[in-house]
Amino acid sequence: MDHFPTNWGRPRNDAFDHYNTYPIPVRPQNNAFADSVQRTQQPIVTGTSVLGLKYKDGIMIASDTLASYGSLARFKDIKRLHQVGDFTAIGASGDMSDFQALQRDLESLIISEEVTEQDGHKLGPKEIHEYLSNVLYGKRCKMDPLWNSVIVGGFKDGERFLAYVDLLGTTYTSSTIATGYGAYIAQPLLRKAVEGKEDVLTEAEARKILEDCLRVLFYRDARSLDKYQIATVNASGPSISDSIKLETSWGFAEGIRGYGAQTQ
Amino acid sequence: MPSMEHVAHPQQRAFNPYTENGGTILAIAGADFTVIAGDTRQSEGYSIQTRYAPKVFRLTDRAVLAVNGFAADGNMFVKKVKQRLEWYRHAHAKDMPLRAIARLIQTMLYAQRFFPYYVYNILGGIEDDGTGAVYSFDPVGSYEREACRAAGAAQSLVQPFLDNQIYFKNQQAAPGQTHPSHLPLPDVLSIVIDSFTSATERHIEVGDGLEMYIVLAKGRNTQGMESLHGVQELSSKLDGERVFVVRRELKKD
Repeated sequence: MDHFPTNWGRPRNDAFDHYNTYPIPVRPQNNAFADSVQRTQQPIVTGTSVLGLKYKDGIMIASDTLASYGSLARFKDIKRLHQVGDFTAIGASGDMSDFQALQRDLESLIISEEVTEQDGHKLGPKEIHEYLSNVLYGKRCKMDPLWNSVIVGGFKDGERFLAYVDLLGTTYTSSTIATGYGAYIAQPLLRKAVEGKEDVLTEAEARKILEDCLRVLFYRDARSLDKYQIATVNASGPSISDSIKLETSWGFAEGIRGYGAQTQ
Repeated sequence: MPSMEHVAHPQQRAFNPYTENGGTILAIAGADFTVIAGDTRQSEGYSIQTRYAPKVFRLTDRAVLAVNGFAADGNMFVKKVKQRLEWYRHAHAKDMPLRAIARLIQTMLYAQRFFPYYVYNILGGIEDDGTGAVYSFDPVGSYEREACRAAGAAQSLVQPFLDNQIYFKNQQAAPGQTHPSHLPLPDVLSIVIDSFTSATERHIEVGDGLEMYIVLAKGRNTQGMESLHGVQELSSKLDGERVFVVRRELKKD
């Protein structure tokens, strides 16, 4: 009989330490599945760019709703934006299963905070971002990363907050942020439209800027979709839109070989 | 009896836990002051992530730490150093001396010898004897005290300039005269500013903003800082060492 309760219910390995000769603290791992445990070494089902900006009354985050399986457009209505607590929204690109694990993690964080609800403190965007960067940095140190680039945005105590964190634990704040392909295509457009105008841009103007950027991304990023969501966080809290169809025009392509129907 | 030999399988992983976030840091010690500076651009590859991410941090009234390399490691390292200094304050009711902070940083870096913080540290401040000091470190903790040091993306551009301007390398003193061992504060400040404007011209990862910390020895007046505008004092008391910060714009292209 195995007298060590920690071994009970686990697969037996008679080839190893048959007579339980090791004291518990230094007992060799007896995990028959050790060779089969895999960590995320590459993203599988992925989301493309997420965009974020600051505007007059708060922040906005936008992303399309596609989760790709390589070059296959696998899931076409996946929510990549998520509300956390009363003041924060996050958006993620990268591995969608890792992101959904993060969502559950944040959900349990918010629930565990309910115990101390009476203390008058609530988790704002800064705290959520700090928490996320510690989670992601901690996982990278274990060489077991959560393969995402996350934009965290929010509004609390009259203050806007927009920041980034990725699978390495790299963080920064900026008045415009774009992940993935958007860092090359949308970020220059965002900077031109937003930098220096953070305090004058209205909600409608900010929305227009993001839509224009998503449109350019849809035209040029092969892993994107013409269906998107926008999260807005201002003094009245976060609100995440339903999926919206992006208006596109392909009239210019009529005469260009390689776009429309081929005539020769 | 079955073999107890453990067969290790070599594993290769695609995941690289490190990246390089650009930027440059620099520190110069004077006789009774030290200047510690860094640019504020953070980049990855050819992309600028943000134009303002501080790399230079006030630790105490007489110690300032500049970190350069992998930004995530840098921020975590600074966080842990600050935590150790707070514990020291609670245990001893005083700030840790500069040379002790330097040794602390060495042990903290070497503790991670086999999964290093990919960070080059430069610690600047005032020693117990009132002299300006600069300590520079490599990622695994080798360190020495110096009069000046540049590190980071534009180290290869800035350090030779400092060798020439601070150590007077390849310069002949005028007949009957010797080179000074320490420069006055205004000279040091203009050398620092010139170093960063030049590095910004020639290195794509340097630019956006310059953050300069000035630490003055106990009892030293602010002579030499009159010409600087926008100086902000960060000292917690006026009768000890004093810390100031100055911010300047650098080219953003």
